[in-house]
Amino acid sequence: MKKLLSIFAVVAFAFSAHAGTLDDVKNRGFLKCGVTTGLAGFAAPDDSGEWAGLDADMCRAVAVAVFGDRSKVEFITTTGKSRFPTLASGEVDMLARNTTWTISRDVNLGFEFVGVNFYDGQGFMVPSALGVSSATELDGATVCIQTGTTTELNLADFFRLNGISYEALPIETNDEGKENLFAGRCDVYTTDASGLSSTRAAASNPDKWVVLPEIISKEPLGPLVRHGDHQWGDVVRWSLNAMIIAEELGITSENVDAQTSSNVPEVLRLLGVEGNYGEMLELSNDWAYQIIKQIGNYSESYEANVGPDTPLEIARGLNALWTQGGILYAPPFR
Amino acid sequence: MRSNLGFFSDEKFRSIFFQTLVVGLFALGLFFVISTTSYNLEKRNIATGWSFLQNPAGFDISFSPFLEFKSTDTHLKVYFVGVLNTLLVSITGCIAATILGFILGIVRLSSNWLLSRLVYIYVEFSRNVPLLLQIILWYSILIQLPRVKQSLQVLDVFYISNRGLYSPRPIFESGFSYVLIAIVLALISSFLINRWAKKRQDKTGQQFPVFSSSIGLIFIVPLILFFILGSPLSFEHPELKGFNFKGGLVIRPEFIAMFLALSIYTAAFISEIVRAGIMSVSKGQREASAAIGLKQTWIMRLIIIPQALRVIVPPLTSQYLNLTKNSSLGIAVGYADLVHGFGGISLNQTGQAIECMAIVMATYLSISLTISFFMNIYNRSIQFKEK
Repeated sequence: MKKLLSIFAVVAFAFSAHAGTLDDVKNRGFLKCGVTTGLAGFAAPDDSGEWAGLDADMCRAVAVAVFGDRSKVEFITTTGKSRFPTLASGEVDMLARNTTWTISRDVNLGFEFVGVNFYDGQGFMVPSALGVSSATELDGATVCIQTGTTTELNLADFFRLNGISYEALPIETNDEGKENLFAGRCDVYTTDASGLSSTRAAASNPDKWVVLPEIISKEPLGPLVRHGDHQWGDVVRWSLNAMIIAEELGITSENVDAQTSSNVPEVLRLLGVEGNYGEMLELSNDWAYQIIKQIGNYSESYEANVGPDTPLEIARGLNALWTQGGILYAPPFR
Repeated sequence: MRSNLGFFSDEKFRSIFFQTLVVGLFALGLFFVISTTSYNLEKRNIATGWSFLQNPAGFDISFSPFLEFKSTDTHLKVYFVGVLNTLLVSITGCIAATILGFILGIVRLSSNWLLSRLVYIYVEFSRNVPLLLQIILWYSILIQLPRVKQSLQVLDVFYISNRGLYSPRPIFESGFSYVLIAIVLALISSFLINRWAKKRQDKTGQQFPVFSSSIGLIFIVPLILFFILGSPLSFEHPELKGFNFKGGLVIRPEFIAMFLALSIYTAAFISEIVRAGIMSVSKGQREASAAIGLKQTWIMRLIIIPQALRVIVPPLTSQYLNLTKNSSLGIAVGYADLVHGFGGISLNQTGQAIECMAIVMATYLSISLTISFFMNIYNRSIQFKEK
């Protein structure tokens, strides 16, 4: 019986074990990236039907690192609930989907968060006509909440802690939340503050909505991959880090060509002029150069998608570099 | 001629051999699936086991009419809340669909051209449009109702808004239990009167006004008692306080949308089943009963329906099963049923998809088997009994 079992284990292994994700992606010829069903500024189709946003840029950066081509991505939409099974089953190679890094997701669900591309926190949005100025005045309100999210748990904790009651209206997607909030089925919509700004920007009259000052949780949002494939995890991690380091070093998509003849050693290492960091990752040596050239550094991506000049109007805040009062920090490139 | 295949030419041996082979292959396949799954779960560090049922849920469920639910309660309680909500919409849906379906089935056969055409349009529309779309349609209509601050007031005590239908909640004071006991006693005695009257009619042919006497017993007697005891019943009226109505009973739009969509959709199928059942009773039966001078309503009640039921009940059972399983679509509008709460939120927060789905599937299986069991008993009781 024991022998039979071991035969089965071997057979099972043969079926489940595959080459690393990086090889799979290379063989397939494009990257499968899980994103939201549409959250302006993070991942949503733009006017020309192209996926755009901070998370979409994250996907494209990885595609550029692997293929040197920003178009080699298939965007696969996932809801708050479907995202984890989609990643676990191998339907996508990575998630860049406003996903909060928590211990249970990192450890218990069998995923690996490779970094943070947006530091967020949970907030509340109400119609300004309600005259509410603080979340503690929300006793008895009906709250629209996306199911299967950390915000659902934070919400219960916040109201319990403050001894006030609420009625939860569970919704599946951000669009459903918008619809219910705008129809007055719920008084309050709660999700990450960035998501609220995005929803507010999409309203026909944004001035009619106000985001309350309370931020009730830490929501570090970042890309994640399946646990156990370290090589692939490294590729995604350093694609993100390359964008942050590029901002630190002042390299932009515009000056990147000039920077290849820079005299700063870290710039030369990052752009692949010196060293063989690309080979270590099993990528071409100019992978980071291509990311910066085709996508831009972190700041460029931020300003184009969610920054003060976009409809979302989110100031850099926590997401500024550590040298500029924020907490954005990447390990050294050496 | 004996072939040199030996045992294999023996028909009995051959059939046993192939059956064993099939069962063996099936067991092997099952074993393979289970071992692969558990191997992969372990490899990906995904937690397994049932201990998560005892962990606190951490989220709130606001639609729980039977059990009070707090975010500190366990996932097991999430399960029970879900089962009760699934049963609530399934049972009320089955009752409404049956009543509506019977009426429509009979109207469809009416000689009134307009009525029968209207039912025809209804049936063709609702059974040819996907149920999910109908649920979403009803919900979209319901959330376009006035906002809570501009609620429609009906008869001074009901409030209708897109947060639901608010009505006064009855509060039973001491003494009301006597009224309840009186109602139960009245129900039992009307049942006994009915049996006695039937027996007497079989024996002597004399009739007894069972219907009116039962009405008297069930309604008038408890009502008199109610007033003698000094009306031990009061109502808590809903009041608009802050964001929402406080107090009173509330029926949520999510439930109403599910209830309407499920019963209207299933009623279309049931009406066709009823029509087929009635048409299966031969024309001669109707003519014969008219010939002995029975009233139209009696012909339907005493001659046609009992015979039609034999054809109606078996497909009716599968409609009940369909309705119950279709209630899992509640997730589309946020109705807190079993799939939404336990099979959705709990699954997502714990990540234990296989365990949660296994429990949900086993639950639907048990509910369906229970419905089949009782419907089969009922089916046997109405079958033609040879004397």
